[in-house]
Amino acid sequence: MPGAIYAEGLVKTFGDVRALDGVDLDVPEGTVLGLLGPNGAGKTTTVRCLTTLLRPDSGKAVVAGLDVLEHPNEVRRSIGLSGQFAAVDEYLTGRENLQMVGRLYQMRAGAAKTRAAELLEQFNLADAADRPAKTYSGGMRRRLDLAAALVVSPPVMFMDEPTTGLDPRNRQQLWDVIKQLVSGGTTLLLTTQYLEEADHLAHEIAVVDHGRVIARGTSDQLKARTGGERVEVVVHDREHISTACEVLRGFGKGDTAVEEHTRKLTVPVTGGAKLLAEIIRELDARGIEIDDIGLRRPTLDDVFLSLTGHVAEATDEENGAKGADVRDRRIEKETVK
Amino acid sequence: MSAVTDSARIEPPGNAVTQSLRDSLVIARRNVIRMTRIPEMVIFGLIQPIMFVVLFSYVFGGSINVPGAGLNASGYREFLMAGIFAQTVTFATAGAGAGIADDMHKGLIDRFRSLPMARGAVLTGRTFADLVQTALTLVVLAVVAVLVGWRTHENFGKVLAGFGLLLLLGYAFSWIGALIGLSVRTPEAATSGGLIWLFPLTFISNAFVPAENMPSFLQTIANWNPFSATVQACRQLFGNLPAGYPVPDAWPMQHPVWASLLWSVLILVVFRTLAVRKYRSAAA
Repeated sequence: MPGAIYAEGLVKTFGDVRALDGVDLDVPEGTVLGLLGPNGAGKTTTVRCLTTLLRPDSGKAVVAGLDVLEHPNEVRRSIGLSGQFAAVDEYLTGRENLQMVGRLYQMRAGAAKTRAAELLEQFNLADAADRPAKTYSGGMRRRLDLAAALVVSPPVMFMDEPTTGLDPRNRQQLWDVIKQLVSGGTTLLLTTQYLEEADHLAHEIAVVDHGRVIARGTSDQLKARTGGERVEVVVHDREHISTACEVLRGFGKGDTAVEEHTRKLTVPVTGGAKLLAEIIRELDARGIEIDDIGLRRPTLDDVFLSLTGHVAEATDEENGAKGADVRDRRIEKETVK
Repeated sequence: MSAVTDSARIEPPGNAVTQSLRDSLVIARRNVIRMTRIPEMVIFGLIQPIMFVVLFSYVFGGSINVPGAGLNASGYREFLMAGIFAQTVTFATAGAGAGIADDMHKGLIDRFRSLPMARGAVLTGRTFADLVQTALTLVVLAVVAVLVGWRTHENFGKVLAGFGLLLLLGYAFSWIGALIGLSVRTPEAATSGGLIWLFPLTFISNAFVPAENMPSFLQTIANWNPFSATVQACRQLFGNLPAGYPVPDAWPMQHPVWASLLWSVLILVVFRTLAVRKYRSAAA
C-alpha cells in the first residue's frame, strides 16, 4: 500500500528546462521526508505538483490516499501547505488571516474563529493577534504562515523551505514547532537546502539533483555511503607536517591526506573520541604544536558532494550567507579542542 | 483529521454556486479590510477624478463647442461629467491588476490555490471589492460634479440606471485588470499595464469632446468604442445631451443603453473566462 505521499515518475518541463525528470517518492504515514537539494534541483516543483498547484506532464501522484490529478479538490481538503515565502496577507491581522483561511477550508464562521484563537495561542502569537501581519518579525510571520497551514489539522503537510532566511534562534523555534507537529502523527514532506535541517527533522532523506532523486535513506545510511569518521589536525608549524603524518599513520585506517598550504592533515579512523585523545597525547609527546584538531563525522555536505560531485551551495546571496552560518555552527559542534 | 469531517464545523457542501458566492465574499471582505488599512490608496483614487472634473470644467470649459449647447462652460460641464464618470470606473482596472499581481508576487495566490475553495472566488472576490470602491468613488465624484454645476434633467430612476451602467462597465473592466494582474510579473507592471491602453481608449471616444470633429476613421472608432456607448447612454439617462445634439449615425450611438449593456456583458464574459482559466494554471 502506498504511503501518505506517493509519487511515481513525475516529469515537468518548463520550455527547455526539465525541472522534474522522473521523481519517485513514498512517504509512510506519520513520518517526515526531507527533500534535500540545492536551488533549482526541483524541490519546489515537486511540492507544487503534489499540492495541486502544478500539473505534471506525466507521472502519478497520490496524497492522503487520493489521486492528485483526478481529485485535486479532495486532496486540498487533506493538506496544509507552508511556502517558501510567508504567504499571509500583511494588511490583515494574524487573527483575520487565520479566520479567512479557515473559512476558505469551508469551516463555519464560528468554528474558524475558535480555531484561529487556538492557533494564535499555540504559536505564541496571541499578543500580536490583532496587529496587521505587516508589523510582525520574520519569525512571527513564518509561525503565522505555518499556523495557516494547520487550520484544519490536515493529515498531510508540505513545507517548502520553512526556515530559509531565518536567524538561528527563530529557526530553532520553528524546528521545535515542527517536531511537536510530527509527534502528533502528521505526515510531512519538507524541502530544505540546509543539510542540518534535514538531519534534524527528517526520518528519511531524499537527495534531489537536476530533477531526480539521486539517493535516499536515513541520515545514517546516507552518511555510511560516504565512509566513516576522520581525524583532522592542523599543525602550527609547517615543519611538523611530516612528523604529524607519521603519528597519524600509526592510528589511521588508511592514507593520510595532507594539505600543505593550510597545514591540515586528514586520516580515516575508527574508535571515536578515545582515539582522538590518544592522538592528542602522542602529538603532545613529540612536541608538535597544534592549532586545531577534531573528530569529523561525515556531514550531509559530504554526502551531497560524494553523490553529485558538487557542493550543495545556495546560489543567491542571502542563502549563501545562511549556508555559511550553518557550516560554522556545524564545525563548532563537531570539533573537539 | 476530525476537523475536516466534523459537520458542526464544516459548511455543508451545498451546490457549487453557493460555495462560490460564499468564498467570493470571504475574499471580497479581505480586500475591503485591506482598503481600510491603506486609506491612501482610496484617497489617491479619489483625487485623480476630482482633479479631472475641476481641470476639464474650468480649463477646457470655455473653449469646447458642444453642438446644441454652443460655446459655454456650463453646457460643457453637463456634457463632460458622464465622460469623467466613465473614465473613473474604468481606472479600477489598474487597481484590480496591481492587487492580483501583488497577491501572486507575495505567494498568496499559491496559498489560495492550495485551499479547497471555489476556483474563481479569488478573482471574483477581488472584483467585488473593487466594485465597492468604484461605487464609493462615484458617490464622491457626483457630489463634486454637482458642486461645479452639473445637473441631471431626467427622473431619479433614469439617473440611477445611468450609474448602474457605469458600475457594470467598471465591473467588466476590473476583469480585464484581473487578467493583466495574472499575466505580468510585478504589481508595478500591472499598474502601468492597466493604465496605458486606457488613455487612447478613453480619449478616442465621445467622453471629452464630441466625436464629430475627429478625422473620419477616428470617428468610426469613437462611435463603436464600448466606452463611448456607456458615456452616450449616461448622457441620455442623465438628460445631459443638449437639445439638437447630432446623434452619430452608428448603431451603438443610436441605441446607447443597449450597446452599453451588450459591450459590458461581452467584456465581462470574455475576460472572466480568460482570467479564471489563467488563474487555474497560474505559475508564480
